Amino acid sequence: MSILVNKDTKVIVQGFTGKEGSFHAEQCMAYGTKIVGGVTPGKGGQEHLGKPVFNTVSDAVNATGATVSMIFVPPAFVSDAVMEAADAGITMAVIITEGAPVKDMMYAKAYATKKNMMTIGPNCPGIITADECKIGIMPGFIFKKGSIGLISKSGTLTYESANQVVKEGFGITTAVGIGGDPIIGLSYKQLLPMFEADPETKAIVMIGEIGGDLEIQAAAYIKEHITKPVVAFIAGQTAPEGKRMGHAGAIISGSAGTAQEKMAALTAAGVTVVVSPADIGKAVAEVMKNL
Amino acid sequence: MNIHEYQAKELFKKYNVPTPRGHIAFTPDEAVKAAQELGGSIWVVKAQIHAGGRGLGGGVKLARSTAEVRELASEILGMTLVTHQTGPEGKLVQKVYIEEGADIKKEYYLGILLDRALEMPIMMASTEGGMSIEDVAHNTPEKIIKVAIDPITGFQGFHGRKLAFGLGLPKEDVNTFIKFASALYNVYMDYDAEMIEINPLIQTGDGRFLALDAKMGFDNNALYRQNSINELRDLSEEEPTEVEAGKFDLSYIKLDGNVGCMVNGAGLAMGTMDTINYEGGKPANFLDVGGSASAETVAKGFEIILKDPNVKAIFVNIFGGIVRCDRVANGIIEATKITNVNVPVIVRLDGTNAIEAAEILRNAGIKNIIAATDLADGAKKAVAAAKGE
Repeated sequence: MSILVNKDTKVIVQGFTGKEGSFHAEQCMAYGTKIVGGVTPGKGGQEHLGKPVFNTVSDAVNATGATVSMIFVPPAFVSDAVMEAADAGITMAVIITEGAPVKDMMYAKAYATKKNMMTIGPNCPGIITADECKIGIMPGFIFKKGSIGLISKSGTLTYESANQVVKEGFGITTAVGIGGDPIIGLSYKQLLPMFEADPETKAIVMIGEIGGDLEIQAAAYIKEHITKPVVAFIAGQTAPEGKRMGHAGAIISGSAGTAQEKMAALTAAGVTVVVSPADIGKAVAEVMKNL
Repeated sequence: MNIHEYQAKELFKKYNVPTPRGHIAFTPDEAVKAAQELGGSIWVVKAQIHAGGRGLGGGVKLARSTAEVRELASEILGMTLVTHQTGPEGKLVQKVYIEEGADIKKEYYLGILLDRALEMPIMMASTEGGMSIEDVAHNTPEKIIKVAIDPITGFQGFHGRKLAFGLGLPKEDVNTFIKFASALYNVYMDYDAEMIEINPLIQTGDGRFLALDAKMGFDNNALYRQNSINELRDLSEEEPTEVEAGKFDLSYIKLDGNVGCMVNGAGLAMGTMDTINYEGGKPANFLDVGGSASAETVAKGFEIILKDPNVKAIFVNIFGGIVRCDRVANGIIEATKITNVNVPVIVRLDGTNAIEAAEILRNAGIKNIIAATDLADGAKKAVAAAKGE
């Protein structure tokens, strides 16, 4: 078991024949992901990496039965690509692209929601179910199969925590990089119940950062609904106010969105909050011991 | 990206959002000329810097004659203005905005920003104009009226009515206010703004609404399609090292500690700063070198970090994913040849090909490179090195 994606998930790639799209599609296929084709307008009918290329997402869905799309198109075309996927009946779009305008995501996400399509990202490493399916740009070998679910706003911190968890002798069920933009798709609040319901997941690691209040919402949700242990780290305790820390959404505005308030809310919800990211693995070992 | 008050007011004018009349001036002579062109008998001389709190810092003054305009402009131009948003070093004032005096009957607050939870813009209004909206939100949240505007429908009359009646405006003023608010929403959407703040929005004795101040910030991701906004960028308002780093696609933010940090990925970069702090040190900067971490970017990273004389040690923390650690290790060695790195460099490389990378660094025999095994070990060693231990 796992959440959202597994070895049978059929995936297409939007921006399939581009440099990034090609490189990562190939890596995903090598990991075992069932990539069934891709979309590049104007290249329909060709073959790329041994898979068919289509002009439109509809064509790709009709021909392959794909349900998930991995999106690599340039930022200016992201909203169009997301809406096209939603219109074609894709059930989940994983948006890797970095740099999409906020206004575009506002429209794209509203449309996706209307069409019942889930989104992950943008500006994220993607989603991986260990040993089964990798849809994104993460280094697959770090994610050994196990019993820990992982939700993170940051790419490299996802790898860092997965690595620590594995070094402690545990592994990952599914890891989801939700992205650090102001508007993102699936977030803690939607993913936590999925991990709660997944029998293989025994504990959950959540990595947050400064800016916005998704972690605060998560804390409220955990308090009411999550029975599995949760370990959390919030990046940016030492970040100054009013400065954007790399991610478009990682900014403390006035006194809102600080790491400290998020850590306090999570602690109050019964979450094991670590101050140093170097302690994530150890904290997981600790909560697992007490199970 | 942020712009100046006078630039924001130019955008407002294009969209028929009323503001007092005014002109920008770079010299006292220009200031006097601006006042003469505006006419009247009272003017406001306003320092143009990208920071709030200008009035309290002495950067906004009233003049009752053109001689006084000259005097105040001479005083403000060239001054280093310190406000709660500039930091103790303050900001050099290079231009002043000369504005006609306004007959203020009442002051309000009006702002638009993205509500990340609702995923749409919200417009906020308050009767507590001229005060910090943060303080109002904290002390008297009931005095802030908010409406969320679905971008698909755009600004509707009811949004405006909710705000206007919420502010307690008499019914003869409601439509004037709605026109103002609706035009402001269009400015926000059309220019990919991230926030607009008018504090205060004033109502004059003759019933007009005017934006007495104007603050605007933009979505950096949308600047590629906002040429007219790009032209308004004032690099002298930004931290020079941050601008320099930006040219090389490095995301750098200067902090006040002494442990330099070079990390791949924004989240891990913040996490590295936090770890240094946890181990008893203080980070000197945030620096995300991005996914590739090539010799050139690493060399540039060293160069930028070392521009800060406080830096006593550098912690290079790379988690190799797609980028292989052996290549990063070679990059670090190359970089030390390109840039003279005269402080201890603590290197932690983990992930893809980490073992080969450790070998490469060991064999290179560079004496100020100290290898670390993991995040905590690296942070500890970096903190110790910065303390001269």
